[in-house]
Amino acid sequence: MCNLTNIAKTVGVNKMVPTVSVPYPLGNPQLRPDDEWALRYHRTGVALDALETDVSEQTIFPVKI
Amino acid sequence: MLKAIHYINQFFGQVGGEDMADYEPEIRTGTVGCTQIFNSLAKDVEVTHTVICGDNFMASRTDEALARILAMLEGVEFDIFIAGPAFNAGRYGAACGQVCKAVKEKHGVPVITSMNEENPGVELFHKDMYIFRGGNRATFMKQDMEKLAAFADRIARGGKLLPAVMEGYFPRGIRHEVFLEDIGREPVMAADRVVDMMIAKLRGEPYQTELPMPALDRVPVAPAVKDLRKVRLALVTSGGIVPRENPDRIQSCSATKWGKYDISGLEKGFTAPEYKTIHAGYDPEQADRNPNVVVPLDAIRAYQREGRIGEVDDYYYTTVGTGTTQGEAARMGREIAAVLHERNVEAVVLTAT
Repeated sequence: MCNLTNIAKTVGVNKMVPTVSVPYPLGNPQLRPDDEWALRYHRTGVALDALETDVSEQTIFPVKI
Repeated sequence: MLKAIHYINQFFGQVGGEDMADYEPEIRTGTVGCTQIFNSLAKDVEVTHTVICGDNFMASRTDEALARILAMLEGVEFDIFIAGPAFNAGRYGAACGQVCKAVKEKHGVPVITSMNEENPGVELFHKDMYIFRGGNRATFMKQDMEKLAAFADRIARGGKLLPAVMEGYFPRGIRHEVFLEDIGREPVMAADRVVDMMIAKLRGEPYQTELPMPALDRVPVAPAVKDLRKVRLALVTSGGIVPRENPDRIQSCSATKWGKYDISGLEKGFTAPEYKTIHAGYDPEQADRNPNVVVPLDAIRAYQREGRIGEVDDYYYTTVGTGTTQGEAARMGREIAAVLHERNVEAVVLTAT
């Protein structure tokens, strides 16, 4: 889970889930606490789904929030 | 006059060929076989002892061979250790690398060897020692020995050592700041050099980068975890989240340490200020307010309560990924992975900042 997915790709990461920013990968101070939690819960869930998914090449898993 | 010890295999030690490759390590006073060439070339360094070991003995009983050789060197005075040249002999190259590395670690003396670029020993050991670019077979003995002897002499005289390419050894991956005039080059400032490079590139002319990118490791994609309810999952981060006291004193930048900390009692995720970030590469305000924005333990716990995932490892694993060299990162990665294996962790969520 990282913000700089291009760099992650360059160094060979196979499964990537985009995060919000460098200082708060899974937060966002501009959101209300409930929305911030929903974002973190969602993206962590995408990472869990990614672990259970077979891929044949480097893959960025899309997020909805 | 500095004293040197020379390591050679059974063949160059004139013990025998392949049939003698199991020859046990042995130390002899004075020079043997090709060692005489070194002494005839070097002016300020003299080989006083020769260590001989069969290539198969070193390859199959490495730990024992190294221990026995180090024991033989006890009480022998020497300033430099030389091995080979190994040309393109794979076992011999690996043996030279292993012995040099062990001697360097124990005695802290300069260690020098020589191999052909095709020798697998180069890839294995070029970061640990001076490996001179050598010929592919023993007919290059004299030329390769000349390089070793000349470099040993320069070390003996305390002369300034030049960059790897100029000296003729394989780059060790170490960068030093140098002034061009000090290494006999025309002093051209960096801005001019880079523009010259760009013009050459645009014209399709050859140019030499000053910052070669390291070759990247490609890792095969791990097979999917079949069911996260049935495996142990761990959290790893390069975002520098640590217990408040930073008990292992992990560095805030250019980290060489990582830590593993118990989270078994944190049922609702990380709490602040008990946990914080020590990462010096980003503004810590949000991470210090709520460390879960870097390592989403609270969300992981929620999924655990819901039954989406099963066991979460009692520890999380953390270091700082700013200014950290790829070499250090790879080492820490291997170390963390080894612990994860030991703890039967089969799935990892890693957050990077």
